[in-house]
Amino acid sequence: MSASETPAGPATFEFTADNLALAQRIIAKYPEGRQASAVMPLLDLAQRQHDNWLPRAAMDYVAGMLGMAPIRVYEVASFYTMYNLKPVGKHFVQVCTTTPCWLRGSDEVLAACKRKLGIGPGETTADGQFTVVEVECAGACVNAPVISLNDIYYEDLDGPSTEALLDTLIRGETPKPGPQNGRINSAPIGGPTTLIEMAQRNGVKPASQE
Amino acid sequence: MPKLTIDGIELEVAPGTSVLQACEQLGIEVPRFCYHEKLSVPANCRMCLVEMEKAPKPIASCAMPCGEGMVIKTDTDTVHKARKGVMEFLLINHPLDCPICDQGGECDLQDQAVGYGFDRGRYGEEKRAVKDKNLGPLIKTIMTRCIHCTRCIRFSDEIAGVSVMGATGRGEHMEIGTYVEAAVSSELSGNLVDVCPVGALTSKPYAFTARPWELRKTESVDVLDAVGSNIRIDTRGGEVLRILPRLNEAVNEEWISDKTRYAHDGLKRQRLDRPYIRENGKLRAASWEEALALTASKLKGAAPEKIAAIAGDLADAESLLALKDLLGGMGVASLESRQDGSAIDAASRAGYIFNSTIAGIEQADQILLIGTNPRWEGALVNARIRKRYLQGGLTVTVLGPRVDLTFPIEHLGNDATLLNAIADGSHPYAETLKAAKKPLLILGSGALARPDGAAVWAAARAVAEACGLVREDWNGFNVLHRAASRVGALDLGFLPAEGGRDLAGILDGARKGEVEVVYLLGADEIDAQNFGRAFVIYQGHHGDRGAHRADVILPGAAYTEKNATYVNTEGRAQHTRQATFPVGEAREDWKIIRALSGALGKPLPYDTLQQLRKRLADANPVFAQIDRVTPAAWGAFGTASAVAAAPFTLPVENFYMTDAISRASATMAECTEAFVSPAVAERTGTHG
Repeated sequence: MSASETPAGPATFEFTADNLALAQRIIAKYPEGRQASAVMPLLDLAQRQHDNWLPRAAMDYVAGMLGMAPIRVYEVASFYTMYNLKPVGKHFVQVCTTTPCWLRGSDEVLAACKRKLGIGPGETTADGQFTVVEVECAGACVNAPVISLNDIYYEDLDGPSTEALLDTLIRGETPKPGPQNGRINSAPIGGPTTLIEMAQRNGVKPASQE
Repeated sequence: MPKLTIDGIELEVAPGTSVLQACEQLGIEVPRFCYHEKLSVPANCRMCLVEMEKAPKPIASCAMPCGEGMVIKTDTDTVHKARKGVMEFLLINHPLDCPICDQGGECDLQDQAVGYGFDRGRYGEEKRAVKDKNLGPLIKTIMTRCIHCTRCIRFSDEIAGVSVMGATGRGEHMEIGTYVEAAVSSELSGNLVDVCPVGALTSKPYAFTARPWELRKTESVDVLDAVGSNIRIDTRGGEVLRILPRLNEAVNEEWISDKTRYAHDGLKRQRLDRPYIRENGKLRAASWEEALALTASKLKGAAPEKIAAIAGDLADAESLLALKDLLGGMGVASLESRQDGSAIDAASRAGYIFNSTIAGIEQADQILLIGTNPRWEGALVNARIRKRYLQGGLTVTVLGPRVDLTFPIEHLGNDATLLNAIADGSHPYAETLKAAKKPLLILGSGALARPDGAAVWAAARAVAEACGLVREDWNGFNVLHRAASRVGALDLGFLPAEGGRDLAGILDGARKGEVEVVYLLGADEIDAQNFGRAFVIYQGHHGDRGAHRADVILPGAAYTEKNATYVNTEGRAQHTRQATFPVGEAREDWKIIRALSGALGKPLPYDTLQQLRKRLADANPVFAQIDRVTPAAWGAFGTASAVAAAPFTLPVENFYMTDAISRASATMAECTEAFVSPAVAERTGTHG
């Protein structure tokens, strides 16, 4: 990977006053002389400030702030896939396609994205609103398949519910996070199946589906 | 002292020794790619696997410290199978382009594939290809060949001190490079080519030039700075094709600077290949007889006090002594070897050498740099200071211009009078120096070339005395020279004798007509108009400044073309060895002077190099102590007087061009273009 494969981005980058204060708090967590350990949270902070991607200026800025050689920051930023070195859409649709999600139909989810947005994994819509990427395990296998939209998880998806989700976003509304098939968190669909008697004995009403 | 058994042989090793090092002590060869004696141990290539009893799987011997009672086996089926497996993985993405690879014949991967490689690949998938990186004018990259040993990253990080190399991306997409297009801006970057175990980083100027088995190898010494790096000159048919470092722990370890390595193409350009005589303002080719006869007649025709000689920075001890014997015998007193106008003299040997020795830097805990940029004046001295810095517990303090030395410094300021303040204890830094266990000061040669150089010299001596730098077992007073000839010339007393003129006197005399004949022994750093109407004899190997002004040119030999003695800044006498013959009709320098003495009718009493070397040893016993440093007795030197308040200026403006050879080198011109010019443009605002 080299810088020539990524857009140049702005010439300079600086944290906003709020983020600078936050950055100082993050740096202060590490012992004296170990400030370089703060590189990952600081890069994340910079990415959040800069439309969800890291231009070179931001990496250089973090390097300067932590007294690291810039190449050491490039190494970290290019190693971890959650740092975006290229601009991404406003809605960053991260479709998990690792085995559990795949078994539960992540292909359907990707196909729905393609139908609705006209883009495949790794692509951005022409209007810059959406980027779709495939990611490895998002850690929500119990609600597979799952999309992580920026920081928010949308779970228990299938083709139609993915399309509905994207429609909501296109309309400019915020969809309801969590399972999209009526489940409560990761409780069984159609209501609880275990500990029912115990709940009744104790006079507790089992959680019901909507 | 852990005791362990390796292949049935029991041995005791120092604590902290790795299994691989222990194997080496026994002479057992363990293959490796990522491990390098001088670098940190990442243990990522896995080639050095050995079997350890009670371990469930083979261990990486480079990273495993020896433990009490360990039983190691290096020659079992498991070991071979493991290494073969590692090799197979390494070769998965390595191209089979050995026939067109410059590393071919001296490639670690190639060699070890003979022992551990399969005769066919089992890998049927697509190989990966990696884009080549642009690392500047010295290093060529073919990154597909890279096996990710990370030696280059560790070298630039640890030894060179410029963190520009890194591994970006991950897994299959990991690449070694600089990420941003950037030349490796270090004066030690050429060593990256040496540390690379495969053909990923190769020498750009040497690309597709020769195969290692075609080369004749001559062990010699570098003269382009005063460090005296040990080198190996690779030649083919009378042409120097490349220069590589030779291991000498006391001097250059196993590194050399880029100038040492790449300036040799200057040996092919601008050479003086035959004698020349100036007639009607133009130089015409002449025969040796003519040139020597003319030189002899001019020397005979002038009174001794109207003759002067100036020796250059590349002059060897043999020719210096021969010229001193010849002219001294004629009564010439104006001999000068300090063509930078330095105030240094031969008053006390301890006053002009690097007393603590380069290896001694590793013991220092407080270093004071006075008016010097060791990075450019002695790149390997700087590398040694950096090595010491990385061990921890070293403070480097700079008195002089602030420059990036690859390690943090404390800056005292740039006022020469601070030296006096430190010496008389009125500056707080004096206490720091006194408190240090092994304090050391390095006085730049540029500081001595100031008009008040003698006072600076004395002031530095006073600092050394006042702050306890000179003790029975430790002498922390060091002068860092830039010219390979300087210490040798001082050792031989190639200096104005009683009643003789020094550099300023000679030039002044030449302008006024009081000096009629000037003999330049490779002196190229003096502007031509300074010689007035004097008759200039130039003996040297390059058509540089000296030759342009010369009235008669006696073509000499460059350092790769003669068996000669040079004394480095530590006072270590070392021999260069002849790798090629001098070009055309050029001759070894001492032989020219010997021939001239014949033409003058006063033949010098030596006809062979052995006789001359015997005379050298008689003149100064250090010349009998080849490759060794003789500690010098502390004495008086310098002139105690007021140091001017002027700031120190650095003498080297362009690291890549400091002498006739590097000025003629196309590679050094490219380096100047790539590294020095942009910096100068930035500073002066003339860029674009």
